Amino acid sequence: MSTHAWESLSNQAVAAAGVIYFLALLSHLVEWSALIGRRSAVAERKVLVGPAGAESSVPSSTEAPVDSEGAVGTSGSSGEDERATRAELFGRLGYLLTCIAVACHVVAIASRGFAAGRVPWGNMYEFTLAGTGIVAAVYVLLYRRLKLSWMAPAVVAFVLVFLMVAVLVLYTPVEPLTEALNSYWLVIHVISAALATGAFTLGGIASAMYLLKRRRPDTQTGWMARVPDLPVLDRVAYRIHAFGFPIWTFAVLISGPIWAHQAWGSYWNWDPKEVWAFITWVVYAGYLHARATAGWKGRNAAILALVGVATLWFNFIGINYFSTTSMHSYAAPAHVAAAAPAVPEALR
Amino acid sequence: MTVTEDRTPEREVAPIRELTPRELLRWGWRQLTSMRTALILLLLLALAAVPGSLIPQENLDSVKTSNWQAAHTTLAPIYRKLGLFDVYGTPWFAAVYILLMISLIGCIVPRLGVYWRGLRSQPPAAPRNLLRLPEATSYTTSASVEEVSARARAVLRRKRYRLRRASTSTLEGAGEVSAERGYLREAGNLVFHIAVIVVLVGFAVGSLFGYKGGVIVLQGDQYGFSNELTQYDDFDPGSLFRPSMLNWFNLHIHDFHVDWIDSGPRQGMARGFRSDLRYQTSPNGPTKSYDLEVNHPLDIGGTEVFLIGHGYAPEITVRDGQGNIVSSGPAVFLPEDQSFLSFGVVKPPSGQISLEGLFYPSEVTLPNGQPVNVTGDIGDGSDAVLSLQVWKGDNGLANGPQSIYSLDTSKMTQVTAPGGKAFNLRKGQTVTLPDGLGSVTFDGITRWNKLQISQTPFKHVALGGVVLALLGLLGSLFIRSRRVWVRARETTEGTLVEVAVLDRSGGDEMAAVVAGLVAALQGRPEEEPE
Repeated sequence: MSTHAWESLSNQAVAAAGVIYFLALLSHLVEWSALIGRRSAVAERKVLVGPAGAESSVPSSTEAPVDSEGAVGTSGSSGEDERATRAELFGRLGYLLTCIAVACHVVAIASRGFAAGRVPWGNMYEFTLAGTGIVAAVYVLLYRRLKLSWMAPAVVAFVLVFLMVAVLVLYTPVEPLTEALNSYWLVIHVISAALATGAFTLGGIASAMYLLKRRRPDTQTGWMARVPDLPVLDRVAYRIHAFGFPIWTFAVLISGPIWAHQAWGSYWNWDPKEVWAFITWVVYAGYLHARATAGWKGRNAAILALVGVATLWFNFIGINYFSTTSMHSYAAPAHVAAAAPAVPEALR
Repeated sequence: MTVTEDRTPEREVAPIRELTPRELLRWGWRQLTSMRTALILLLLLALAAVPGSLIPQENLDSVKTSNWQAAHTTLAPIYRKLGLFDVYGTPWFAAVYILLMISLIGCIVPRLGVYWRGLRSQPPAAPRNLLRLPEATSYTTSASVEEVSARARAVLRRKRYRLRRASTSTLEGAGEVSAERGYLREAGNLVFHIAVIVVLVGFAVGSLFGYKGGVIVLQGDQYGFSNELTQYDDFDPGSLFRPSMLNWFNLHIHDFHVDWIDSGPRQGMARGFRSDLRYQTSPNGPTKSYDLEVNHPLDIGGTEVFLIGHGYAPEITVRDGQGNIVSSGPAVFLPEDQSFLSFGVVKPPSGQISLEGLFYPSEVTLPNGQPVNVTGDIGDGSDAVLSLQVWKGDNGLANGPQSIYSLDTSKMTQVTAPGGKAFNLRKGQTVTLPDGLGSVTFDGITRWNKLQISQTPFKHVALGGVVLALLGLLGSLFIRSRRVWVRARETTEGTLVEVAVLDRSGGDEMAAVVAGLVAALQGRPEEEPE
């Protein structure tokens, strides 16, 4: 296949993935609405049966949603039964669609790589494509193991939005790499950065869920009822962050400086991208430190995690619109910057 | 070895009274080295780094900084006072990281002692009431106290716990097992913190004693560079750098190759470039050669030479009205875009005229007469066009040093070519200027390389420190530290076994650990392997 054929295959796969993610999101929203429908039913039952009855129908957080639905269904009306089946059906459909979309997504990333004849993360579009792909793939893989069904709408919505941003705003045709990028450090550095970004994003979603759930911890209805208990959420968030942090350390403080030193002659240049990567590192170091020593659990830790994820994504996209200093134009005649090995576009 | 109680000492609460200076100092030191302060300093460091990424920095881009200062006349003096144009060199930024470092040291030193004592001492004896611990359970068994204790010891040893030797219980007739694991967690933690200091020291040495300089070197054996301060175009030394730290070498660019992209959307740009560099490390030493490429620097005794850019220098000869040469040789033109359309000036020190203009390595004239540059690939040079604007008058060179890449035309008047403003020349052509001002000849084309030359002492210390920090971090995050106590005693219903676990790392599901231990003690298969 020619470069153009691979490129158009990639574009079509991205479009297909986008449509299927959208369908998956719709399906999860239907599931969600079915769960909201349960609220009135349970509330009704609470009134009829009283506190003791209500307690018996409290679904345990770690229980599979099917079971809790079933438990309510057997004692509820037939309409409620129908709703429970619908929630289950659309939940499964949503997951299935997400799996298909991830497959398309992987095809899109791979064919992009074949089109360019290199690793497919040489610019912002490709990095976003790969980053969202990693978030979605990690979610699909951990879905059963960590019982992540409660995360579904948030993850799918996140992936869909960023994929749309990538296509609409960041799209660039396949280009060969500039000289400075032509290094195996590209593979090592960017893959670790993308992996850590994916982990921190999932961790951020878990922390956001924590804060939402915290406002009404005893909710027994609707979607929030399926979100695990606060301590479980807190622990899941911590584990994801603890997984991501060493990878981020490697990406930002080891592979990044080594590569920068080789390509630009200085391992740390204090340019905006580096500074913000460092800020993100410091915030997450603070998060882990606070949990380990200051005993910050729950709310404070979750807020810190959200600050971390904000700096992460600001660094990725926002800094380009704020920063007044172009990357690595430290050579005295400003024009030489154009001749100097171009800064990786993934960083611009 | 004596059996000692290992309990974290509780902080003494002193009655409120006036503090002596000594106590105040002690109090200040405690505050500084407390975890909370360390955390605040860490977040403060993140916050302090922000302005440097949003405001142009002098040492990163001096041109942009001066432009910004010119555009913001009210803010610029305030920012300058606050050091916001050189954030990472200001005293207040230094204050944050120096305080952080002191806090770090104050934190590590006592913890080293605590850790050392902890390593040598035995796991602590069981608390009196085990079931009061957050994760504890009990069951009754028909096995004897001795059997249960022996089994507990075997199980815990298999799980790589360290066991307390003495098993005398605080309770009469009971068998007790105390065990602890995950000692390396704290070791990892300490290694991480020490490594952070190593990194900071490495980084500080590198930026204090190192330097970074740039120079444009023309290709050809007759040109070259020797490592002296005066030869650099720009030079950015660390504050403790002395010129005597420059080591002796000279180099020249014997040959230069560019690999042009000849199809696709980036057609005409350079894919890769390589210099055939020749260098000498001592005045009478042999001349060595090196293929200098991007991502492939040359290391000369700790000084590294990086190839970071290249471009064209048209050879231009300027003659005055009498035919005397006032300026000749290659003039470095700086690329304006990826196709190497370049801009440059010629300012003869004597004579009346100065030149500024564009160099098209491969020019094509559009039907509307507009010249465009197609590619940076100059080929044999037959499509190269030099488009010059000629200015007459004072170029200001006599008034002091100025950039060699720009021309101040405020006191000059333009000499226009017939039919247009610019004089266009191809290689080998000469144009005679009107009014007897002389002539300009485009003799040929030389290439140049932009080299960055830098010395970063202790860079391997910094790298080693970060790698060490990562290893320590992995240990401190993923090694699980916990204490386990098992107590068995006779009751009327049989042997009552109490099992308690104290999680010292956080983030673990202790209930599963307790359940697993109980299962192992009872000889059942464990549900969750631990």
